[in-house]
Amino acid sequence: MKPARRQRLQLVIFIVSVASIGIGLAVYALRDNINLFYTPSQVMAGEAPEDTRIRVGGMVVTDSFSRQEDSLEALFDVTDGAANIRIHYNGILPDLFSEGEAAVAIGRWTSDGIFQAEEVMAKHDEEYTPPEVADAMEKAHSQRSGQGVPGQDTSSQDNQGQENSGKPYQ
Amino acid sequence: MWQFIKKWFHRFGTPRWFYHTTSRWLPWLALVSIGLLVLGSIWGLGFAPEDARQGNSYRIIYIHVPISVLAMVGYYIMAAAGAVALIWKIKLADMVMVSAAPIGAAFTFLALLTGSIWGKPTWGTYWVWDARITSMLVLLFLYLGVIALNQAFTSRDTAYKACAILSLVGTVNIPIIYKSVDWWYTLHQPATIKLTGASTIHPDMLKPLLVMIVGFYCFYALLLILHTRVEILRRERRSSWVKGLIR
Repeated sequence: MKPARRQRLQLVIFIVSVASIGIGLAVYALRDNINLFYTPSQVMAGEAPEDTRIRVGGMVVTDSFSRQEDSLEALFDVTDGAANIRIHYNGILPDLFSEGEAAVAIGRWTSDGIFQAEEVMAKHDEEYTPPEVADAMEKAHSQRSGQGVPGQDTSSQDNQGQENSGKPYQ
Repeated sequence: MWQFIKKWFHRFGTPRWFYHTTSRWLPWLALVSIGLLVLGSIWGLGFAPEDARQGNSYRIIYIHVPISVLAMVGYYIMAAAGAVALIWKIKLADMVMVSAAPIGAAFTFLALLTGSIWGKPTWGTYWVWDARITSMLVLLFLYLGVIALNQAFTSRDTAYKACAILSLVGTVNIPIIYKSVDWWYTLHQPATIKLTGASTIHPDMLKPLLVMIVGFYCFYALLLILHTRVEILRRERRSSWVKGLIR
């Protein structure tokens, strides 16, 4: 390789590595601000600001959802396995919102310790399954857990859910 | 062997050789890409099973995923061409680089658009400032930046250097886009098709998706070659071989 070309090759490598290091450090420094939402544990640990709009995200706790008969008002809990947050929302929920699935809520705290959401978004997982296969998996799962101890707490249910959803197709 | 590669490299580097060689490839490439895209679309939209939770709305995956893949791969192609243009000063690499920019910008825009259309029925919102979507928007601005920079200079010698350097700096964004869903909490779900390990999509849904991805690769190659040919004709319009084509 001619010296001039070698020099230009070094310049290219230099540009790419300096840019990577610089942007890498900047992104690393901003890592907490890049997260879209706070988890319930982070909120409970006081990492989220209190008097401003924040986003909170987690798994909607099974059997925690309740809705008033004559309005759109809904109450539900979200959890990350370690802490729970009670969310109040008045509006139309996304189609994919359901118990045992992840959701993200934007809103602020009310004085009585309930998170008042202005907007709720559903977060779906990276799994795509035909309905028949999903039913079969559900059946197998309920048979297995039917033999287990009844009245399991939510965190162990979450673990099972993750275990199930993390199971790849062979 | 090295001599052969070098010879091939420099011969391929002449716009005239590129123009004549690709003339023979174009019909085949067009046939293959359109064939795969039609096959993949009919298979994916008509015959693949629906998703248990999302129903039929997940089918936009057959457009969204291939387009997003090519938007990112296209950036590496543009940056690699920029590096070759910088180091070896090959005119054709410069032409490939500036041709890749508008195609990449179009793909990135479509990736954002299809993602937004998909986001409304599933997430409940068209847009959210999470790491994946924001870094994808940065990618669009990088492409637009290369297009603008290319047109901002009157001297070709300055323009290609500036474009190549911007392309090279921007490559940092590609791993950020790819890993954003694993590094931070985002609304966008993690990758379904994994480079290592099994994919979390049913094989009946995966097969048409792979057909679409290969189809879009061919389609991208077709677009890039066509655009580069236009760039060659535009820049070499005063040369005798281009005038010979018209006659």
